[in-house]
Amino acid sequence: MKTRLDPRRIGLSLAAPALAIVVAFVVTSLILVVAGDPVGEVWSTILSVPRPRVIVAIINASIVYYISATAVAIGFRMNLFNIGVDGQYRIAAFAAAVVVGQAWLPGALNILLGLIVAMLAGGIWASIAGLLKVYRGVSEVISTIMLNAIATVLVAFLLRKVAPVTGSNIVSTTPIPEDARVPGMPLIPGVSREVYGLLFLAVVVGFLYWFILGKTRFGFDLRATGRSETAAVASGVKVKRMVLTSMILSGVVAGLVGMPLLFGQDYAYGTTFQPGLGFAGIAIALLGRNHPIGIVFAALLWGFLEQQSNALQITAGVSDRLVLIIQGVIVLSVVIAYEVIRRVNVRVEQRRVAQALAQQASATKEGAPA
Amino acid sequence: MSQLITQTPPGAPDVTPSKRRFGLEGWRRAIAIVAIGLIVVSLTRVISGAHDISSSGALAGALALAAPIALAGLGGLWSERAGVVNIGLEGMMILGTWGAGFFGSNYGAWAGLLGAIAMGVVGGAIHALATVVFGVDHIVSGVAINLLGLGAASYLAVRTFTSTGGTQSPSLPELPRITIAPLSDWLGELEASRTFLVADVASVLRALVTNLSIVTVLVVVLLVLSWWILWRTQFGLRLRSCGESPVAAETLGVNVYYYKFIAVLISGGLAGMGGGFLAMVASNLYREGQTGGRGYIGLAAMIFGNWRPGGLAGGAALFGYTDAINLRGGGDVVHAFLLPFGVFLLLWGAWSLWRRRNGKRVLGLVSVVMSVVVFAWFALTSTFPRELTGMTPYLATLLVLAFASQRLRMPKADGLIYRKGEAS
Repeated sequence: MKTRLDPRRIGLSLAAPALAIVVAFVVTSLILVVAGDPVGEVWSTILSVPRPRVIVAIINASIVYYISATAVAIGFRMNLFNIGVDGQYRIAAFAAAVVVGQAWLPGALNILLGLIVAMLAGGIWASIAGLLKVYRGVSEVISTIMLNAIATVLVAFLLRKVAPVTGSNIVSTTPIPEDARVPGMPLIPGVSREVYGLLFLAVVVGFLYWFILGKTRFGFDLRATGRSETAAVASGVKVKRMVLTSMILSGVVAGLVGMPLLFGQDYAYGTTFQPGLGFAGIAIALLGRNHPIGIVFAALLWGFLEQQSNALQITAGVSDRLVLIIQGVIVLSVVIAYEVIRRVNVRVEQRRVAQALAQQASATKEGAPA
Repeated sequence: MSQLITQTPPGAPDVTPSKRRFGLEGWRRAIAIVAIGLIVVSLTRVISGAHDISSSGALAGALALAAPIALAGLGGLWSERAGVVNIGLEGMMILGTWGAGFFGSNYGAWAGLLGAIAMGVVGGAIHALATVVFGVDHIVSGVAINLLGLGAASYLAVRTFTSTGGTQSPSLPELPRITIAPLSDWLGELEASRTFLVADVASVLRALVTNLSIVTVLVVVLLVLSWWILWRTQFGLRLRSCGESPVAAETLGVNVYYYKFIAVLISGGLAGMGGGFLAMVASNLYREGQTGGRGYIGLAAMIFGNWRPGGLAGGAALFGYTDAINLRGGGDVVHAFLLPFGVFLLLWGAWSLWRRRNGKRVLGLVSVVMSVVVFAWFALTSTFPRELTGMTPYLATLLVLAFASQRLRMPKADGLIYRKGEAS
């Protein structure tokens, strides 16, 4: 416990994200200057105090990001790179939307059914990559990239099969019944837009992530396997089972990513359902260092940057895609900053030990009989 | 020093398996595979009557679609042979499409191609800086580069292509194409005869002499050149030694950082060129989202090809072909391919059952059952759902990985972070 609350340690772990944000600021400013865009106006737009309506949008975006990042983080802790969250959440959201849309169960039960279906679908889709890794030695990075692409085609195909024929161009599943919609929460006064009711889902996911990985035998085994497979094997962990379980767990959580959107905003799965959440999750998990609280801040930062840059086109005449550059630079510089700080840390530690040893040596020398 | 290295390859054991499966080496093996492929395709065409299976149109399309995938895969090959995993190929390709759009529309066709390469190199430089200099996890850096590449390209596009709305460039000047008209016409007649094997060979040749882009030729040259440099020169041996055992290479005096850096820069340039190909040859303008995940497919093609240029070319050709069939709406062609696929499953299953290696029996049984399902599918339907043909390259990769992952051998230190002077 003592090492955890060491102020130097905390300082160092906060220094990296801070450094990364500064680097992102400088690099983006340079790009803006080179491209001849108004640097001042861009930053004053992005860094302005968000209006209440935008605050709600930021919170809502970060709820979804949080779940996605947690799904990725579960894999990371096990040394698994689940790039497939992107495919898993789309498959899951589609399956849940179809099932809930049938209205087989009334009200809250239907919501529960939807969540279970989503978790199952996400877990099953992720288990393909897990099985391939365990039994055929296929790298999960490659298999999940392939499965993402397959999911895209498969969902598009199935969507066309199940979607009711309408006049519009937008293809989507049957809307879920009124009583199965999760009402929003008016957390921010003075705006009609509400925070997703499934905020609690993100909280539960975060809590379970912290509890299971940090406080249970299973979580310990999982982290141990991630740190050193040989050590884990020596202590009796079945690594194959562990890989499969954590991959499926990651997929189960990934299945929940689309749920706040499904039950709180879109009420159906269609061609306009938000894409790319899985990749954002990877970046956010890295930024938040796979820590349940760290991810909260990372997700909020992500949502903040994204929502604030929506206005860029209007106020500064700059493409809102600038936010992707900022986010990319943040991710790169945060991992670089962690690496640099780790090295500095190691060097400081080595010097301290060397000094202590030197003192010890000279002390024995003086004490020794001449 | 060089003598030492050439005599005792540092940590770079002979990557070709000592015992070949069919006892054939190098070119003869490649020719045998192509010949068997042609016979299978031709048989399938004659039996199923899906003549688009080897029409010169489909093959020319396949060639044009395979080239950017091959370039991306070649990019992956260079960097992974030096031990750096490059998931960022997609982002580098996207940067390349913009480079082609910007430099091509302003300074001419060849400048466009060079611009695409240059933009790819910029992406490669970022990846090299992060992975080689700072020792960041390769996949993390790659993911960030994909994010950056996408953002940078669409931001720059809005800035530079104001006349066309920012999501696409003005139309680009064309790079030269080669057609040998008389030969093409004669082969066209042969192809139209639909004779077994003759027509197929004719349409392959016809695809090669009709409207062939000079860049496609360049891609083939680059493939051969990469093989030659990586496997036949001192530079290549040293580069590959960095991917197999960087510590051993370093002790023999190879500057590992330098080789890795160069490899990743070349990797970026090739991926960028792939993007340039998409913008300037496969279409005639930069369009947002033009790459459509081809960087990932290139990576898959490289793995499919067992980290070798020849195999990579085969993988790229396969993916390019399925892409082309998909674009031509070839539901019947994919349907026809169910037949050889089923035969393959049946043979493979029977073989594993016969050999009775432990664990393989179940797998053999499964594959025999699957082959029955595939045959039933072939018999009961007349076409393959068009929407699903899009997943064939990905499914093919997964199947290859699932069936052949034990035969694949990646560079030993691939993806590992190397720090000079640190014990690993």
